[in-house]
Amino acid sequence: MQQTNPFQKIYRFYMDGFRRMTVGRSLWKIICIKLLIMFGVLKLFFFQDFLGTRFHTDEQRANYVLSELTRSVQADISTKGGKQE
Amino acid sequence: MIENIDLSMVNWARAQFALTALYHWIFVPLTLGITWIIAFYHTIYVKTGSEEWKNLTRFWMKLFAINFAIGVATGIILEFEFGTNWSNYSWMVGDIFGAPLAIEGIFAFFLEATFFAVMFFGWNRVSKKFHLFSTWMVAVGSNLSGVWILVANAWMQHPVGQAFNPNTARFEMQNFSEVVFNPVAVSKFTHTTSASMLFAALFILSISSFYLLKGRHVKMAKQSILVAAVFGLLASGFVAFSGDEAAYEDAQNQPMKLAAFEGLYKGETNAGIVAFGMINPAKKVDDDKDAFIFSIKVPGILSILANRSPGSFVPGIEDLVYGNAERGIMGAQQKIEKGKIALTQLDAYKKAKKADNQVAATAALTLFNAHKDYLGYGFLEKPEDAVPPVAMSFNAFHIMVVLGSLFPLVFLAYLYFSYKGTLEKQRLLLGGGTILFFLGLIAHWAGWILAEVGRQPWAIQDLLPVTIARSNLTAGTVQTSFFMFLALFTVLLIAEISIMLKQISIGPEEN
Repeated sequence: MQQTNPFQKIYRFYMDGFRRMTVGRSLWKIICIKLLIMFGVLKLFFFQDFLGTRFHTDEQRANYVLSELTRSVQADISTKGGKQE
Repeated sequence: MIENIDLSMVNWARAQFALTALYHWIFVPLTLGITWIIAFYHTIYVKTGSEEWKNLTRFWMKLFAINFAIGVATGIILEFEFGTNWSNYSWMVGDIFGAPLAIEGIFAFFLEATFFAVMFFGWNRVSKKFHLFSTWMVAVGSNLSGVWILVANAWMQHPVGQAFNPNTARFEMQNFSEVVFNPVAVSKFTHTTSASMLFAALFILSISSFYLLKGRHVKMAKQSILVAAVFGLLASGFVAFSGDEAAYEDAQNQPMKLAAFEGLYKGETNAGIVAFGMINPAKKVDDDKDAFIFSIKVPGILSILANRSPGSFVPGIEDLVYGNAERGIMGAQQKIEKGKIALTQLDAYKKAKKADNQVAATAALTLFNAHKDYLGYGFLEKPEDAVPPVAMSFNAFHIMVVLGSLFPLVFLAYLYFSYKGTLEKQRLLLGGGTILFFLGLIAHWAGWILAEVGRQPWAIQDLLPVTIARSNLTAGTVQTSFFMFLALFTVLLIAEISIMLKQISIGPEEN
């Protein structure tokens, strides 16, 4: 049967392509398992966004990073009895 | 400052990043390079209509698909690591990297959803010309999507087009085109893509040599070799040219890296490059030990590489650490002092803003801006901290150069024996040829080790050392995920190798 609808044609193109896959089936399985492990396990439990999970606003995050940057100055001030250079 | 930081955490985070990046870089260069060679094979098929070229094209496409599937998304893990292990860095560069990485993501998605599908599913389903066009677009698109991550990496090596905002603690983009057309990005892109083309040619030579040794698929192997060897030879020329440009950019923007990868402790005029030599790993910048256990140098070459002038002066590690007034080179100690002023004024600005003291804030900001180019040096304890691991940089550079010089000779040998019609009789060449893929991988890894180890201690050149770029985590947290990755990557690599070997063993479809 002749298909005239371009969307139908594209759909058939992809469907036939996926159906005829041989090695591709194993590859898709590997991709799905890999993405599941990456996003479902690693990202969720081991790779949380450090600043995203500890602070609520960008202002808090900026203040935290600024305090990290100037920590050495603070340490110098405290060792010199509060006198800033 | 350093004593307050858990260096063990920093080192585990570094090791994890290195592991992930090197694993990722098994797949990326093959994807970038082989798509071009496949496009040439496909073009020959369309021009000749020969079923042999069609089967050959489909075979290499299948191996490309395996490589792509196993490699896809391994780069995402690097982004996970940025947010978790390198949160200060991520926060500070978010404004710069956001646009390039978003463009890469969108570009890759549309490319993969359209042209990849047509390339793989399009045999006898779309016109030959459109099918071929799709194959070429996959090659063009894959390489262009790689532009953005290389732009981001180049910015860390040479941070142009930005301004540090002391209110948000972020480097903000001031000029998009300056970031994109950063000369380091241009040389990095051309060097990386041409080296990837060379790598793909080596991959094809390895598998085709195996077939010739076994006496299987002989015609296909010889046809594959002919195109791949010509392609590889041309790519070798581009690699040399772009590598020279990369070294020149190092000399202009990261002179410490250049001095480290040549083991040049004392600056020289008419500086030579080490042709043969073994660096002394025990040598430190502040001792009198010899830099080399033995070495043979070719005079003048390093000066040409660094300044395009044979008699010119190339600063050594000692010049850059302790300064060289005669040559107008500022030492690291002076930079540390300027960096510390920048940090002190940043702190003063923060406090003045909090106290709503506008006059004090303006004064602090003016002083900060005068010294902000040395911000990163303010975190260093002593001038010697500005020196990267010299022996590792030297070895990585020289391994890369030696292999890079060997490959064009190998391509020439393959072409010569192909021309003579005696290639399948060259058992020694073919036997050695089967490991070319691994040698290519080592050359690529050495290149990245040089690029990244050679720029230590910086996460962002001169502006942010890795010790400050990290998150405030314990080493144990990073260790756990490091070993998880090691296990995951090993399993994935075994999966790739077994699927790849199975397909190689099956060979091309004879239809």
